[in-house]
Amino acid sequence: MKIYDLTELAVRNLRESVLRNSLTTVGISVGVASLVAMLSLGIGLQQLADRRLEKSGLFDTVVVTSRRDLRSFSREQEENGPAPAESPRLDESARQKLEQLPNVVEAYPDIRFITELRYEDKPHLTMVAGLPPSAKSNDAFDGMQGSFFSSETAPEIILQKSFAEELLGRRTKPNSDDNVNVAELAKPLLGKELTMRYAERTATPATPSSAAEQESQPAAGFANQSGTAYSVVSREQTLKIVGICDLDPDSMRGQARARSFIPLQLAENLHVMQTSDLRDTTNIVGGKPTYTSVEVHVKSPTQVQSVEDAIKKMGFNAFSIVDATRSLRRFFAVLDLFLGIFGSLALAVASIGIINTLVMAILERRREIGIMKAIGASDADVKGLFFAEAGAMGVLGGGLGVALGWAIGRVINLGTNVYLKQQHFPPEQIWFVPWWLILGAIGFSIVVSLLSGLYPASRAARLDPVQALRYE
Amino acid sequence: MTTGQGEPNSSIAIRTENLCRHYRMGDALIRAVDGITLQIRAGEFVALLGASGSGKSSLLNLIAGLDRPTSGAVVVQGSDLAQFSREQLAKYRLRTVGMVFQSFNLIPSMTLLENVELPMRFAEVDRGQRETLARQALQQVGLSARSRHRPTELSGGEQQRASLARALINRPQLLLADEPTGNLDSHTGTEIMNFIGEFNESLGMTVVMVTHERSLAERYAKRMIFLADGKLVEDQADAASAPAEIARGGQS
Repeated sequence: MKIYDLTELAVRNLRESVLRNSLTTVGISVGVASLVAMLSLGIGLQQLADRRLEKSGLFDTVVVTSRRDLRSFSREQEENGPAPAESPRLDESARQKLEQLPNVVEAYPDIRFITELRYEDKPHLTMVAGLPPSAKSNDAFDGMQGSFFSSETAPEIILQKSFAEELLGRRTKPNSDDNVNVAELAKPLLGKELTMRYAERTATPATPSSAAEQESQPAAGFANQSGTAYSVVSREQTLKIVGICDLDPDSMRGQARARSFIPLQLAENLHVMQTSDLRDTTNIVGGKPTYTSVEVHVKSPTQVQSVEDAIKKMGFNAFSIVDATRSLRRFFAVLDLFLGIFGSLALAVASIGIINTLVMAILERRREIGIMKAIGASDADVKGLFFAEAGAMGVLGGGLGVALGWAIGRVINLGTNVYLKQQHFPPEQIWFVPWWLILGAIGFSIVVSLLSGLYPASRAARLDPVQALRYE
Repeated sequence: MTTGQGEPNSSIAIRTENLCRHYRMGDALIRAVDGITLQIRAGEFVALLGASGSGKSSLLNLIAGLDRPTSGAVVVQGSDLAQFSREQLAKYRLRTVGMVFQSFNLIPSMTLLENVELPMRFAEVDRGQRETLARQALQQVGLSARSRHRPTELSGGEQQRASLARALINRPQLLLADEPTGNLDSHTGTEIMNFIGEFNESLGMTVVMVTHERSLAERYAKRMIFLADGKLVEDQADAASAPAEIARGGQS
């Protein structure tokens, strides 16, 4: 029988017992819908996480720390490579070497410190970070009000918007940064000056600590083995506010952690006391400073892994967001799998529905099958007819199911966003239906339906016409 | 049908040889057809007679290719049906055989036109041609006005006429009828028998009809074969033909 005739007969047979077949089709569509809803939720969540990570602008960044810094990222890093005491220092020469590595755009020290900023005579405590000039092009600084630093050493500062709010005395609830207008915040602040108080680390000749006490400002002296020493002196620096940025304070790592930024070169020149200075007190050689960490920018995210490996070979610890996302991706793969299995469960039940409906149809249409065989239908014709009926239910159920799943996803998304709004979170797209999921779901539903039709169809084809005709 | 075994006499349409169809029912072995050997010439009108359970329907089913013999051979136009694959049998039923049943066996969900068209669907006849041919066939049996009706909306006689139209739509050489008038009153029964007789004569079709009404067989069939307990008991080759001719002549 020709495909067209087969389809036509199948559809008319389906219409013949509309109620039963449409119930079966609804069963399939519920299965497909649950599959689509589950998977689109998984995909949506994954995309949400990816977007969050991408927003941090650190996909092409490797954070390098010294193995001497025993607060390693993982035990694995602790165990592989040279012993911490024998590993290289993370100082200026190491930074230059890192910059020479293939595919590395730049390597700059991560200078950050917690300090006091005075604005209109009110002290505010915050983390200040040095920002390299390349950060200008970072996605993370999209939507910044004002301008970037005029030069690499300009006494200028860029504020994170939540800190700007603090300076203005506007205190909104935490995690409600969505309704803050950055432009509005920038107006009263841009061009204003604030005073930064910081601790400068200055090298001093090896003298008894009493000499330090003679200075007017309070200072503490640290002597090392070779006899050189450095002092920590409290100083002030006036900074001009040039920009207010929209950075998310909750981003994973990097500069975003700080709430105010100054040019990197300026930060280096200020010789601000770093936490690593304290840790390396007993090892300091020739007064040469070491860096807490160095951020290495790689040309593209795909090269992060090779650069990371090269850095590890140099004897440093390296960590990248790719490492973090790898485990995240694995998590989402497992999540999608489970969501898919749960979604398919409904489809499996629906496939039993198809088998049941078709077996019932065989019993009911036993005589009809006998007649068709008597007037010349081949086994293949009868088989094809039942197969086409299963397939038609699959096509209908699949299409209906995708629509239903899409609707369910939308409702879930809507509900989630209503909830997020109540909790003062920004709205998020937690649900996403890619085109391949639509096609895949319909295809899967057809395949499942055809597989379900396999047994009833061959059973119908094997029916003995003599017995079938005798059957009343 | 191609002559696979080289039939010596081409005018022999159907030949059975020691044909047996046995089946088990519980512990008992039922010999529905038990060693029947006969020959039917092309264009013959044969009536199979016997009491119920005599094996006449079983024999017809074997000739129709709906059933397979336990042993023996059914040779139709030179080919042994017992050697056919399921697919070949289906093709044989489609092209060579037209069947009419006591209970009409029209598909209730289809209109008359669709019922008559159905064998052409299986034969993969062109869509455009199909409707024309089906309409012609319905016209031939006087059902043009009823083509859009479903079988349940028709009388028994009309249904049987439609099933005749369906049986002939693929132009078979063999018409096999299983008690075609069994569910009809004598008037409509005669009507149907006249149609069958006409097809036998004008189209030269070989007709094998199962009936338990001896009078009907005597009136229309040229040959009567009597069965009992699956065995052939009497074969009245020419006896009935002359009176049948006269009877039919008187009727029409």
